[in-house]
Amino acid sequence: MRWGERFVVALLFVCGALSVATTVGIVVALAIPAIEFFRAVDLFDFLTGTNWSPLFADAHFGVLPLVVATLVTTFWALVVCIPFGLGAAIYLSEYAPDRARRVLKPVLEILAGIPTVVYGFFALVFVTPLLRDIWFLPGDPPSTFNALAAGLVMGVMILPTVASVSEDAMSAVPRGLREGAYALGATRMQVSTRVVVPAALSGIVASFVLGISRAVGETMIVLIAAGNQPNLTLDPTKPMQTMTAFIASAGIGDLPTGSIGYKTIFAVGATLFVMTFFMNLASARLVRRFREAYE
Amino acid sequence: MSSVGVTSAEADAVRDAVAARLFAGRSRRLRWRERVFAALLFVSLAIGIVSLATLLVTMIVRGAPRLDLRLIENFPSSTPSLAGAQSAIFGTIWIISIVALTVVPVGIGAAIYLEEYADRSRWWNRLIELNIQNLAAVPSIVYGILGLAFFARGPLGLGPTVLAAALTLSLLVLPIVTIAGREAIRAVPDSIRQASLALGATKWQTIRRQVLPAAVPGIATGSILALSRAIGEAAPLTMLGALTFVQFNPDGPLSAFTALPIQIFAWISRPQEEFRTLAAAAIVVLLALLLMMNAAAIWIRDRSRQRW
Repeated sequence: MRWGERFVVALLFVCGALSVATTVGIVVALAIPAIEFFRAVDLFDFLTGTNWSPLFADAHFGVLPLVVATLVTTFWALVVCIPFGLGAAIYLSEYAPDRARRVLKPVLEILAGIPTVVYGFFALVFVTPLLRDIWFLPGDPPSTFNALAAGLVMGVMILPTVASVSEDAMSAVPRGLREGAYALGATRMQVSTRVVVPAALSGIVASFVLGISRAVGETMIVLIAAGNQPNLTLDPTKPMQTMTAFIASAGIGDLPTGSIGYKTIFAVGATLFVMTFFMNLASARLVRRFREAYE
Repeated sequence: MSSVGVTSAEADAVRDAVAARLFAGRSRRLRWRERVFAALLFVSLAIGIVSLATLLVTMIVRGAPRLDLRLIENFPSSTPSLAGAQSAIFGTIWIISIVALTVVPVGIGAAIYLEEYADRSRWWNRLIELNIQNLAAVPSIVYGILGLAFFARGPLGLGPTVLAAALTLSLLVLPIVTIAGREAIRAVPDSIRQASLALGATKWQTIRRQVLPAAVPGIATGSILALSRAIGEAAPLTMLGALTFVQFNPDGPLSAFTALPIQIFAWISRPQEEFRTLAAAAIVVLLALLLMMNAAAIWIRDRSRQRW
């Protein structure tokens, strides 16, 4: 190979390897301060404690309120994005005429491209007042800041991702399978639910896990609309602080490097990173288990 | 495609006719279930579209009283009627320019390496590939922590500057550019490469003069979408100590800054209703910018869909 060619290949390799450097950077950036943090705070107390007040004089480092808040907002996001995302995917893949699909898919892409700070504002000034107005369930209506509105809006934000990944998986199901089912007298609904969805299950499950991981990592919506105060409860009408919201508000607080408050950012960040990492791993597993190969 | 000599439209028509015939003999209950199912699917999709429309209308209606020149002529102020977003708009322009300068060449380089040079039987190439997939799923706030630890403080110690923000956002959107670039390069047929190599071009000459020009539309679409993602990101910037009360425009990469999404967040956090109006007006500006970028990306993709 010519000398110049060799130089180009080396340069291109460096571009590719930068991604590995990024991952190593993330792990190092999280691990070193997190290890220092766990020298000062017992890991068991951190994971099981129910009181989170790291920046107070009488500091408590129980991360459970943040984890539970993350799970509550994620749950309400999934209530929206899983059924409606899957429904939209089936509609686009099996029901919509070609021309409708060509218009509707870009509209969904636009929905996916709206900044999360905008969704947060929408949750705060539109969805929460709406919920308070129409509240008919027992118990108090949602407070001005609450996990429910944040979670539901997060679900709308993730819906296009779930729909588009699922739709890709359904489009990849060979036409012959559908025709076979139609020839046997199946209706459109039966073909969708008993042939296409099972055949595309690996991609559909992957889209769900991707949606969960987006919801767990989402920051601005919960920071703006969910109230940003640690509160160990499952009641979504109450204000809460998720892991991401804590990290962001601690970041805004501009804490001095090396202080225990500064290190909590990395401890919570590491917890978040580990959770999303294992979810991505689980998704890869699930995809492999359900994969049906057609060729 | 298995059906020989039948277009998909014809196949659809035949299928629908057969289905209609079979359908006619079905029980009433089944017919109702079919209809309800189809309606539910349509509602699922409609929820997304109605939400988008509601969101846009809400922002425009709420922001309308402040959608005027004060927004782009004035600097942040504690008096709502005097406040504007000029420093935020300039900050966003600075950041995005630097992101574009770094992320587009590096992303394309990584895409070329993975598609044209990488030998997949080597473990390190598989590692790079897997790694890029994983990075795309890492929450953006985690990139903010990375930027805080390495760029703003720590080794580079750039402080809360335009450059620290741009580098952080570059790493965040790099996987998007790389993945889009790979797809664009993969779509260029091998016959083009072989023809070029047969004429005596080296591998790099082939890539630079044949493959890359053919892949430009796909790469451009991916890059625009990546930049529009970077423009809207607020979470990583909150970690870097972006200021929200910046009374000057950035004068270089090492200047302190604010950015549009951060400024919007700051206004939302104020209790006064006037600042929320201002936030809605700034959101309209941000959304208009992003919609134009998205439209450009979709337009490039549709116009240049090349058939080989």
